[in-house]
Amino acid sequence: MHIPDGYLSPLTCAAAYVVAAPFWFVALRKVKGQLQTRLVPTVAVVSAFSFVIMMFNLPLPGGTTGHAVGLAVAPILLGPWAAMLAISIALFIQALFFGDGGITTFGANCLNMAIVGPWVAYWLYRLISGETPLASKRRVFAAAAAGYIAISVAALLAAVQFGIQPIFFHDAAGAPLYAPYALAITIPAMMIGHLSFAGLAEAVISGGVVAYVQKVDPRLLSLSTPQVAATGGGEAATLPVGWRPTRALWAGLAALLIASPLGLLAAGIAWGEWGVDDFKDAAVPAQIAPASGNVVPPESVPQGMERLSSFWTAPMPDYEPAFMHNEYFGYILSAMVGTGLVVLAVLLLSAVLGGGRAQRAAANP
Amino acid sequence: MGAVGRSARQPTRDDGRLLKTVGEQSYLRGGHRHGRRDFLERLLRGLLDAMDHTADAEQLAAGPGVLQRLDPRIKTLGLLTLVVTAVFVKSLVALGGLFAFATALALASRMTLRRLAGQVWTGVLLFTGVLAVPAIFLVPGDALVAVPLLDWTITRQGLRGAAFLVGRAETAATFALLVILTTPWPQVLKALRSLGVPLVLVAILGMTHRYIFVLLENSVQLFEAKRSRVMGPLSGPERRRMAIASVVVLLEKSLHLATEIHLAMIARGYRGEVHLLDEFRTRTRTWDWIALASFLAVAAIAIGWQWLPSIGDRI
Repeated sequence: MHIPDGYLSPLTCAAAYVVAAPFWFVALRKVKGQLQTRLVPTVAVVSAFSFVIMMFNLPLPGGTTGHAVGLAVAPILLGPWAAMLAISIALFIQALFFGDGGITTFGANCLNMAIVGPWVAYWLYRLISGETPLASKRRVFAAAAAGYIAISVAALLAAVQFGIQPIFFHDAAGAPLYAPYALAITIPAMMIGHLSFAGLAEAVISGGVVAYVQKVDPRLLSLSTPQVAATGGGEAATLPVGWRPTRALWAGLAALLIASPLGLLAAGIAWGEWGVDDFKDAAVPAQIAPASGNVVPPESVPQGMERLSSFWTAPMPDYEPAFMHNEYFGYILSAMVGTGLVVLAVLLLSAVLGGGRAQRAAANP
Repeated sequence: MGAVGRSARQPTRDDGRLLKTVGEQSYLRGGHRHGRRDFLERLLRGLLDAMDHTADAEQLAAGPGVLQRLDPRIKTLGLLTLVVTAVFVKSLVALGGLFAFATALALASRMTLRRLAGQVWTGVLLFTGVLAVPAIFLVPGDALVAVPLLDWTITRQGLRGAAFLVGRAETAATFALLVILTTPWPQVLKALRSLGVPLVLVAILGMTHRYIFVLLENSVQLFEAKRSRVMGPLSGPERRRMAIASVVVLLEKSLHLATEIHLAMIARGYRGEVHLLDEFRTRTRTWDWIALASFLAVAAIAIGWQWLPSIGDRI
């Protein structure tokens, strides 16, 4: 998972730093605001803790071992922002002092393991555990699932970073300059290992740590569960509701919806998203070959693709609703419908998983 | 970092080398170890290796040598520039030249080839090399050699791709190792401060590095205490429970430690303003500027090599 120097192009590394930088900035501000004068000693010691637990090898069923990254343990015990800082600092020392992960790839490693992974773990843990008491078994399952999925997502992100290298960065003769394998190889190669051993290690350590903490000191779980009172019995309190806490996120989403027609500026066809019509067009294979490591696509439409293409017809093909005659407004409408469906799905899921919230709130006003 | 507590039952270096084949790339002898060997012993060995690496680095950084004599700011900036250069270059000849330069710098800084091979080259070769081998068959391109009996073809593009990957990883890791083996950690931090890293981050990094070893020692003591009370091998679930319990105990110890350190800092007048002790007082000498100019010149030549068609990359 720790990407060494030389695997990613300078452009990818720079992009990863640019994406990670605002998260570090906000994390530092937020944690400074929370900890005040405790910032330096607390973050330092917690980073040291993150570093040390990354060295622990966990015995796994079957006799082998896996080393957990603590992608879920850190945000569940410390909150997501402190976890982001602590894991980033641990990764920095690992890279510079111990050569574990590269210096140029430090931004990408942080993006995968200190930002995306912990955030996925944190929100999954909160979503699955809902407002259950701190001692609930569901929290153990939530932590295990969060760890497993978070490390899988982080691995997928790393696989994508590896897999896009030969597409964009090769010399004139087609020799890859950085990680040489295409997405079709990197994704299964990374995912098999992480969905099995590494995922299992992360699930065991995350679930195990939460189960142990529930027994010895449940208050440690209160940082990632601010809405549940740390009374040991885990009485539920009402969640902050309403528009105010999330209005900045909604405003950002609206801005992104309005900006969605920027997608029309992209020239050509996205790699791997070819349709039957594209294979019938003589110009498209000429575009596909150089973008696919000079692998020439089949001359005719693949039979399986032709057969399955009629299986499902999208209600808004190519983001252009039939009744909308302006492609920009069609794009925005498609984005609104798509986003609305995702929001609806999340609301339904949280209603199902968080069932009984209203009853509990009523029972414990 | 001074001397640290050592286990009475020392693992052998050969065991570490054997296990390195299955770990991740690292300067530590065993990397991240996985396998079926004794769990406690392996874990302890990993923790002790980290301490060994530190003691080793400090000893070497305090000794004589070309890089050791350079101003830490110049050295850190120059070597990190060369790490980035190793990732930038698009010519195998230039990459080879950079690797030779890194090796020459290491030799001039009293590092033996044996140390470089043991600490970086073998580890990178076993990790990145194994990863790169399939590329020589899988990358499509001009066929060079067909493997007898198998329907596999080695391609020119595949060979170049694998060489780039291994060459970059070896060269960048060698330069990065030079930084840490020739500069004491506090000076690396001060150099980072000179390069614009925020003061508060430098202070956190300094303290993190210090407390990593406190927590490593705590972990070693935890596992040693357990091992001294265990007669036979532990079962799988028991080992898992022990590892998990250790994580939580370590977390509680860490939080307690953080509170104590904070109180100690407050008692000594800390109010949130970070000051670094002994800023660089030495003036940069002419020799340092010549070294920096040499590093930058090597970087510029390596990056510009591809535009020199007469002596460019012919491989």
